[in-house]
Amino acid sequence: MADTNAVAAGPLPAGSQAPEFTLQSAPNQTISLRDYRGKPVILAFYPADWSPVCGDQMALYNEVLSEFEGYGARLLGISVDGAWCHRAFADQRRLHFPLLADFEPKGAVARQYGVYRDGDGFAERALFVIDGDGIVRWSYVSPIDVNPGADGILRALETLAGERTPA
Amino acid sequence: MSKRGAAATLTLPVGKRDHIQGPGGAAVTLVEYGDYECPHCGRAYPIVKAIQQRMGPRLRFVYRNFPLRESHPHAQRAAEAAEAAGAQGKFWEMHDRLFERQFALDGEYLIEYAGDLGLDVGRFRKELGDGVYEPRVREDFRSGVTSGVNGTPSFFINGVRHDDSWELEPLLAALEAAVATR
Repeated sequence: MADTNAVAAGPLPAGSQAPEFTLQSAPNQTISLRDYRGKPVILAFYPADWSPVCGDQMALYNEVLSEFEGYGARLLGISVDGAWCHRAFADQRRLHFPLLADFEPKGAVARQYGVYRDGDGFAERALFVIDGDGIVRWSYVSPIDVNPGADGILRALETLAGERTPA
Repeated sequence: MSKRGAAATLTLPVGKRDHIQGPGGAAVTLVEYGDYECPHCGRAYPIVKAIQQRMGPRLRFVYRNFPLRESHPHAQRAAEAAEAAGAQGKFWEMHDRLFERQFALDGEYLIEYAGDLGLDVGRFRKELGDGVYEPRVREDFRSGVTSGVNGTPSFFINGVRHDDSWELEPLLAALEAAVATR
């Protein structure tokens, strides 16, 4: 993917209130951030469905889902693709977590989180870990052509879990 | 704590548990996290071989399992088969066989390969059936996840994830650069 355009404003930093949203998770269904209150949420913004196999970020997270769920966390993928596109992509890759359509108005949620790439028309590869109170606890933007992996997410979840268990 | 682009590093250092080719004192260590059913890993396999040939004893090569079970239905079992062969001293022979026969990784083929390699097939079959090496493969997988493995194959050069191309020339150049900066 060309990296020729201006990058986004920068991701909302740790400590920010995570902006509320309601997006389509399927052609006739929506998901809101507030549905997950009380649980950590991982928001994974990515540029587009259908990037190459095996190196694909969503396919990787699908494999690591049980590790995330071990922390009681829920994973939400978000891109500007529409709900039908997401459905075909999720079916084909057998993804076991929701993909949200930041489709209309296009990229509105990505903008709120500071990770929309204006010239490109899609989101950064940006990760947010949001705690059960709706506060951003960790955020990260990967170079657009580098799949960020899951290590940062797991470290952030581990830190969160550590806070809840008094030493 | 927001940041951009810190290089991912190995959380599980290379050690006794690993399958290693090349001398312990080699100038550079290349770790691959791979999946026997992944076509990209299949393409990387002869590239690594060529690099080993060119670098000789200056290179130490380590292979760890990262089966993408949702994408590749045979990957987990194939990884366990290589470990089962390893328990009988034939890890690399099985590793090579699996990459050369990526298109035939069904259970019966795995048994056939064990026979071809002169393994104790009864033991191999039983260990595979009992899932003896399942925890070991999961341990590899987890170490990959915490190290920032982001797909297969993922390479680490002296413990740092190699984010550039793994085609022969760029990978070789990166390894030579690691030797030079030692």
